[in-house]
Amino acid sequence: MPITYTSGEQIEVYRFSIPVTVGVPLLALFLQAFVPRRLPFFSIFDLPLLVTIFFAMARRNPISGLFTGAAIGLVQDMLGAYPIGIYGIAKTVVGYGASSLGAKLDVENAGARLLVTLGFYLLHQAVYFTVARGMVSLTLNWSWSREILAGLANAVLGVGLYFLLDRFKQRT
Amino acid sequence: MESVLGRYRNLTILVGVLFLQVLGLAVQVKRTGDAENTRLIRVWAVDAITPLERALVWAQNDTSNLWHNYFFLRGVRAENRQLKQQIEQMRLEQVRLSEDAEQAHRLQQLLSFKEQVIAKTVPAQVIGSSGSDLSRSIYIDKGSNEGIATDMAVITAGGIVGKVLRVYPSTSLVLMINDQTSGVGAMLEKSRLQGVLKGTPDGAVILERVMSDEQVAPGDTVLSSGGDQIFPKGLPVGTVTKVSPGREMFLKIEVKPAADLSRLEEVLVVTEKQEQNAVVDSGVRVRAADILAQRLPSVPDKPVADAAAAAGASGTDKVVPPGQETGAGTKPLTPVESSVKPEAAQHAATPSIAKFAGVGPTAATPAGAKAVSTGSAQGVPVNGQTGNSQTGNSQAAKKTAPKPASGDPVVNSGSPNAAASNAAGGLAKPAPARPKPPVTQPNPQPPATEDNPN
Repeated sequence: MPITYTSGEQIEVYRFSIPVTVGVPLLALFLQAFVPRRLPFFSIFDLPLLVTIFFAMARRNPISGLFTGAAIGLVQDMLGAYPIGIYGIAKTVVGYGASSLGAKLDVENAGARLLVTLGFYLLHQAVYFTVARGMVSLTLNWSWSREILAGLANAVLGVGLYFLLDRFKQRT
Repeated sequence: MESVLGRYRNLTILVGVLFLQVLGLAVQVKRTGDAENTRLIRVWAVDAITPLERALVWAQNDTSNLWHNYFFLRGVRAENRQLKQQIEQMRLEQVRLSEDAEQAHRLQQLLSFKEQVIAKTVPAQVIGSSGSDLSRSIYIDKGSNEGIATDMAVITAGGIVGKVLRVYPSTSLVLMINDQTSGVGAMLEKSRLQGVLKGTPDGAVILERVMSDEQVAPGDTVLSSGGDQIFPKGLPVGTVTKVSPGREMFLKIEVKPAADLSRLEEVLVVTEKQEQNAVVDSGVRVRAADILAQRLPSVPDKPVADAAAAAGASGTDKVVPPGQETGAGTKPLTPVESSVKPEAAQHAATPSIAKFAGVGPTAATPAGAKAVSTGSAQGVPVNGQTGNSQTGNSQAAKKTAPKPASGDPVVNSGSPNAAASNAAGGLAKPAPARPKPPVTQPNPQPPATEDNPN
């Protein structure tokens, strides 16, 4: 039974097997690259971000969270056309934030997961835009309506995905 | 100091990791050839992801082919019939266009223009994307092993798609024209105004650098100008959808790409371009007569001895260009005489499209050939001339007479009138009627024959 107190000692910390640790992020990256070619609307989702948030919140360890985010973000950058590091930086921040939050709050219920995912999606986009505009000189237009809409879509998908990934959790 | 680092250990590591990434990013941005600097790690990532994509695309295509080619064949016959009619029309359209192109080549040659032509292309399949809606790029299943290199143009039959940005052994990354970092030299087809085609952050395409006092209207076609040294000149780029005042003194012209960039499946990579002086094709170009000849009835091969005997008997032999021999089938025509050279016969007998389209009889154009060619034009215009009412008969003859090897000139022993009557349907045996193809001109003119040269 998940504990809902905010004490660090009482909150469950989970770990994952190596195949899940490697395979799930790779599968998310693959789907993110493959599915939008068939279903263009799918590009609104950011599966690697959802996976980053999930692992970070489940492990509740800021260091492992930031490294998970950095690794997933950097691989996502490698598949793209822009310089490597934009997604890496954004997901590092999200990984750190999600695991820090996971260590303090109960993020096991759907409502909390929805809000946390929406918040981290916006944080991710803000960091991405800042780095892309400030360092890489990409011209990006920030649209609150679009970002909130995309954030909500990701949050809804995230809630379903997290419950699916919960099956791979192993208690420490 | 140690206690501070220990207390803020997590934060310190975060700052360290972020600093390293910012540093790496800065190095890449500063160096122009970042593609080479980061090549190795990109190869790892691509090698990890693309094999799965390739396998899925392969499985998907095979399943789809199995279903569409073996099981789900509803409507194929009707579609086939429709496509055949379309091919007929396009063949004759090609005749006109090839004449126009030839004229353009002659003019270019006169002016010593150089032209860039696509010499070689490699077909490729789209297997994935960059995985981000902020970066418009795709992966194709061909790489350096197939001769792909960076900065090669990627096109489809519809229009241009983008350029090759990075190349791996068996895959390549293509930057599409709607990415904000892309740039294509483009021009408007009608006004020949030149500009730069760029992508926008939301994936639209705009034409920049066209002065605001120029006349540009929605619906104008945009072509590649060749100024970027990547895309050959004249490839379709898109259509103007909206024109509005832009920054400074330029217009902001929104363009709808000719190629459907969101649903790309197969593309062509232009692996070789040639720059050459404009030349007029002297012998190998497709002529009206050659194209029409494919649609004409023809005769079976006969021994040379028979041919010589028949030729001796007739006395008034005329050379008919290859494949142009008679439309009827009343009696078998004599095959080629060994002394007649195909090329000479071709040039002598088919000096121009107009003659075969029935503009008027000439010494070099045998009546039989002319009558047949007009008879089989089937109402499709060639050089302004339209078809005739003998279509059904010619078609019937085509069905009854076997086809000889193409390129064999035939010695025709018939008189002009006989040939004309052959074409008009004087068949020895009745032939089954075939449906009449559609007439493309609203007012078809009567056939041009020896009796009726108009």
